[in-house]
Amino acid sequence: MRTRTLPAAWSLTAILALALPAVVHNPYYLQVIVGGYVTAIAVYGLNVILGYAGQLSLGHAAFFGIGAYTVALLETRAGLSFWPALAAGCALSVAIGYLVGAISLRTRGHYFAIFTAAVGVMIGVVFTNDQQLTNGNIGIVNIPPPAPIGPISFESPVAKYYLVLAALAFAIWIVARVRYSLLGRTLLALASNEDLAASVGIDVMRAKRLAFMLATFLAGLAGGMFAIFVGFLGPDSSGLDVSFDMLLYLIVGGAGTIAGPLVGTLGIVVLTQWLQGFEHYKLLVFGPLLIVLVRFFPAGIAGGFARLRWRRTATP
Amino acid sequence: MSLLEVKSLTKRFGGLTAVNDVSFSLEAGAITAIIGPNGAGKSTCFNVISGFYAATSGRLFFEGADITALPLHAVARRGIARTFQTTALFANHSALDNAIAGYRQRTRSGFFDALLRTPRERREEREAREHAYEALRFAGIESSAARIAGSLSQEAQKRLAIAIAIVARPKLVLLDEPVAGVSGDQMAQHGELIARMSQAGFTVCLVEHKMDLVMGLADRIVVLHHGRKIAEGTPAEIRADDAVVEAYLGTAVA
Repeated sequence: MRTRTLPAAWSLTAILALALPAVVHNPYYLQVIVGGYVTAIAVYGLNVILGYAGQLSLGHAAFFGIGAYTVALLETRAGLSFWPALAAGCALSVAIGYLVGAISLRTRGHYFAIFTAAVGVMIGVVFTNDQQLTNGNIGIVNIPPPAPIGPISFESPVAKYYLVLAALAFAIWIVARVRYSLLGRTLLALASNEDLAASVGIDVMRAKRLAFMLATFLAGLAGGMFAIFVGFLGPDSSGLDVSFDMLLYLIVGGAGTIAGPLVGTLGIVVLTQWLQGFEHYKLLVFGPLLIVLVRFFPAGIAGGFARLRWRRTATP
Repeated sequence: MSLLEVKSLTKRFGGLTAVNDVSFSLEAGAITAIIGPNGAGKSTCFNVISGFYAATSGRLFFEGADITALPLHAVARRGIARTFQTTALFANHSALDNAIAGYRQRTRSGFFDALLRTPRERREEREAREHAYEALRFAGIESSAARIAGSLSQEAQKRLAIAIAIVARPKLVLLDEPVAGVSGDQMAQHGELIARMSQAGFTVCLVEHKMDLVMGLADRIVVLHHGRKIAEGTPAEIRADDAVVEAYLGTAVA
């Protein structure tokens, strides 16, 4: 943010993202990219609680699921339109996040990770087994797209692309604003040294709870977007393995950085698609790649670049 | 007027009584040293006062108000700052950011201020930065403001810890072994820094082993031994106190 290259890089990214549907005409490719954007929104949430506040949540996908199922059920069963359903999905995700956080954030380190993983599994069990509420493994089909706003309709894949892109931009804006604020400094301080943070008067519990609520809000937002962009929702979308995928995207991209979630998520999602033809052999590419990343970019791709820039500017 | 009153403070860890019925008070504006052999309960005493540990029994009064049950961050906001024996810093942040974090308790900007970059957010950020620079200058490490805290020398890290402690202008500063690991000639400079803190209006209480430093700095000394207070007085009185000499050197054999 302090150098000139960064805003330039973001402007370029924005232009590319806006122009993409004009270049990529294959609806399947566009679908893959939109899926990446949706996941990236959730990964931005994970970045707040893990990258900034330093607390490893392994239940992130469950909050994604809460947002998705709330939107899907309110639209298909209660006949609500998308926008109020999305608001309700985010609100419910944050409310459950508040309750889970109020208990689990009292624990530290591994205990918090284990607690959130358990909560994630429990919520996942509800999605899978509560046949009446969620249709279990059959899932929910025919989730209608958002009603048109004035002349803008959200039926076509391209329209949905821009809708999800707007939500992603909103998520990045929130996370960037928080990062470069007194609140962001507070979160980074407590991640760095919780005892010292408390002894300089920071209400550590309150700060962590706020970070967790913001994380679950973004997970809920991403879930709501997911429900309408596919039109189908099943319990696979919100399992523990999805939480680990999100964690992988964040670490590869760079936890605590602003570009990291986008770089990591899109990078891996697109790479996975490219390597689809290799079936299981794609792991032969993934494995060494991860080793190289961890060895040479321990702070992730975006973190690695930030470090290089820092070194360049720091040398006299 | 006494700023902090410690009344019959006791702290037990299971069967071990680390601090046993200790009472003393800290006078506003003075430098008080708590000394004693290893394991005397000095650091435990600090940890209870700062809210790090809950007292088993006894009471703490700060400016007349009971702070015994307050959590750590609430004690800090009342105006009690501390440093740690094993120098605690936000190691992966710049020295300036460390000091800014120390000022957070004086700012009110929250989530929506961050989102909207409200005038309050901008004013408080500027204010935090100014106070942080001032604290670094006071501690004599302004030139290292941009350096990562973990990469500073041990001595500079100790100074930074003091900057973090004083940036929010607390009334009382607790220094836990401020010169541990600092070499000879730098020790005098640290002593000078602590004296300057006192002149600047901070009430200082320190736990320290280096007797020459303590004797030169402290207005009053409290001596702990096996968790009990065995003496209290001016440096001259403490030097002449038989119980203190015995605790440090043992009794004469013949």
